[in-house]
Amino acid sequence: MKTCNILRLAALTSSLIFSAGAIAADSFKIGLILPMTGQQASTGRQEEAAARLYMAQHGDTVAGRKIELIVKDDTTVPDMTKRLAQELIVNDKVNVIAGFGITPSAMATAPLATQSKTPMVVTAAATSSITEASPYVVRTSFTLAQASVSVANWAGKNKISKVITLVSDYGPGKDAEKYFSQTFTANGGQIVESLRVPLMNPDFAPFLQKVRDAKPDALFVFVPSGSGASLMKQFIERGMDKAGIKLIATGDVTDDDQLNGMGDGALGVVTGHHYSAAHPSKMNKDFVKAFEKANNGMRPNFMAVAAYDGMHVIYEALKATKGEGDGDALVTAMKGMKFESPRGPISIDPDTRDIVQNIYMRKVEKQHGQLYNIEFDVLKDVKDPGKTK
Amino acid sequence: MLTILFDGIAYGMLLFVLAVGLSVTMGLMNFINLAHGAFAMTGGYVTVLLMQRMDVPFLLCLPAAFISTAVLGVIFERTLYRHMYHRSHLDQVLFSIGLTFMSVASMTYAMSSSQQIIQLPEWLKGRTEIGEGTWVLGMGHYRIFLIVICALLAWGLQAILTHSRFGSRLRASVDDQRVAAGLGINVNGIFMITFAAGSGLAGLGGALGIEVLGLDPSFPLKYLIYFLIVVAVGGTSSITGPLFAALLLGIADVAGKYYIPQMGAFIVYTLMIVILLWRPHGLFERKGGK
Repeated sequence: MKTCNILRLAALTSSLIFSAGAIAADSFKIGLILPMTGQQASTGRQEEAAARLYMAQHGDTVAGRKIELIVKDDTTVPDMTKRLAQELIVNDKVNVIAGFGITPSAMATAPLATQSKTPMVVTAAATSSITEASPYVVRTSFTLAQASVSVANWAGKNKISKVITLVSDYGPGKDAEKYFSQTFTANGGQIVESLRVPLMNPDFAPFLQKVRDAKPDALFVFVPSGSGASLMKQFIERGMDKAGIKLIATGDVTDDDQLNGMGDGALGVVTGHHYSAAHPSKMNKDFVKAFEKANNGMRPNFMAVAAYDGMHVIYEALKATKGEGDGDALVTAMKGMKFESPRGPISIDPDTRDIVQNIYMRKVEKQHGQLYNIEFDVLKDVKDPGKTK
Repeated sequence: MLTILFDGIAYGMLLFVLAVGLSVTMGLMNFINLAHGAFAMTGGYVTVLLMQRMDVPFLLCLPAAFISTAVLGVIFERTLYRHMYHRSHLDQVLFSIGLTFMSVASMTYAMSSSQQIIQLPEWLKGRTEIGEGTWVLGMGHYRIFLIVICALLAWGLQAILTHSRFGSRLRASVDDQRVAAGLGINVNGIFMITFAAGSGLAGLGGALGIEVLGLDPSFPLKYLIYFLIVVAVGGTSSITGPLFAALLLGIADVAGKYYIPQMGAFIVYTLMIVILLWRPHGLFERKGGK
C-alpha cells in the first residue's frame, strides 16, 4: 500500500514537472538589457517603463505564446552587457534580446547574436555601424547621422554659414560631427572649428568660451542624453545667446526627460530629432497620457518611444511567423515592417535592418506652463545616411 | 584671455573648498578618507532636496548643506572612523572606499541616478563684461560669487588654524598626540570637530558645485581623483598649499581645454606628474611633523 502511494506521488510529481516544462517551452522570452544604473540610467528607466506599458496595452499573449520580459541592468558597462546577453541566451534561452543603451554595449553583444542566431533589437544606441555588426541586428531607435544631416540641411537654408561643432568624444559624437560637417560644407557652409569634449567632464566653460571668442553664426552640439541640461545652462550663463550665437543640436540636448528643469533659457533652441513628446498625433497623445499615468508623471522621451516600437516590432514578427520563435524567421519578418508609431510613420529598411523615419525640426517653446520641443518642419522618410554599403 | 584666467580661478576655488577637508583629515589626522566625496555629494543632495521640494532660497541652502554634512560627519566619526585611526593605511583606504561605494548605491536607490538640476536665483544668473578686444573680461555672476565665498573661507580657515587657541591645540594634537593629551588637551574632541568641519566644507563644496560640476550619484568617484591631486600637489601642511594647488589645477585645466582642446582631460594629469617628479612631497613640504 505504502509503496503504491509513493509510486503514485512520484508519477504525480513527474507529470507536474513535465507540464511545467511544457509551459516554459510555450512562453516567448525577451531579454531586455538596459543601463538601469550609472551614467545612462535615465535611458534604462524610460525604456523599461515603455516596454512594460506596451505589454500592459497589448496583452502578454501573442499567437498563442505567453510573452515573458526579463530585464537586466548592465550598469552601462559593455563587458557586463555581453556577459548578461550570454547568460540570457544560454541559460534563460531567450528568443530575442533587446535594449543596449550605448554603442560599445551593442557592438560587444552583436557577435553573440550572430553565433546564436538570436534577433537583437537595438532600442537606444545610435552609431550607424551597429546594424552592420551582425545580420541579426534590427534597430528601432535612430542614428545620429539621420539627426545630424537633417540639422545641417536646415542650417544651410536658414542663413547660418559659419558653425563650430562641439561633441562628446566617443563613437556617436564623432558620427554626429562627421555627418553634420559633411552635409553642411557640401551645402556651402563653413566649419570654423571642431571641438571634442571629454565624455566624463561636465564643465563646458573653457570650450564654450572658445566658441564665444570665435563668434560663429551657430554652435552645433551633440552630448549624450543627460549632459544636455548642464550644457544648456552654461551656454546661457556665458551669454552666448546674447552674443548672437545660435544653438543648434540633435534632440539629445533638449531631451524631454530633462527639458523642463533647464529653465526658460532653453526657449528657442532649435534641434532636429525623430521624437518629441509634443508630436501632434492622436496616437502620441494617447501614448504620452498612458505613459505619464503609469509612471508618476514622468514624460516619455525618445528612448521610451524606441523601446515601445521595439516591442511592437517583436510582437508583430511573432504574429507574422505564427508563433514560431525561430531567429532567422523573426528577422525576415521584421525586415520591411511598416507601421504607425507615436513619433509618426516608421519602417524597417529591408536592406540594412535600420529604421527609416521622419526627422522633425523643433524649437523649444512653452505650452501649458511647461517646456516642449514644438515641431515646425519635417524631413520625410529619412534613411540612415551613414551606411557605407 | 582674462576670462579664461577668471574661469580657472573660479574652478580652482571650488576644487579647494571640496578638497580642503580631505587635506585636513589626511595631513592633520593622518587618516586617508576616500569617502570625502560622499560627504560632498550629501551636501549637494541636501541642497537639491531643499530647493526642489521645499522651495528654500539658495543662500539658506548653503549653511544647511554645511551643517547637515558636518553632523553626519560627527556621527560617522564617532561610530566608524574612530576605530580606524590607528589602523594601517591600507585598512583605512579599503574602509573608506567601501563607504563610498555604499553611498553611491544608496543615493542611486533613494534619488535615482539622473543628473540633478537646480535653478539659481536671478541675481546669480547674469554676466558682466569689462574691457574690449583681447583683454575683455567676462565674468559670470555665479563664478564671482564662488570666488568671493571660497576666498573668505580660505582666509577664515587660515586665521583659525594659525591664530586661534583651537588652531594651536589642533596642531599640537597632530604633532604629538600623547604629549598633547598629557597637557590636558582633549585630543578626541579636537579630532571630532576637525573631522566635522572637514566634512561640512565638503558638503558646502558639493552644494556650490551643482551648477558647475553637476550632481549625480557617481559624484564621489568622478571627482575623487581631482581631490587627491589637489592634496598630493598641495601637500598637507597648511591651508595655503591646497589653495595654491587647487588654483593652479583649475587654471591649468581651463586654459588647457581652451588652448589645446585635443588634449582635453590630460593637461591636469601631466601637470601633476611633472610637479610630483620635481617635488615628491607636494609644493609645500611639511617639516618637523609626524
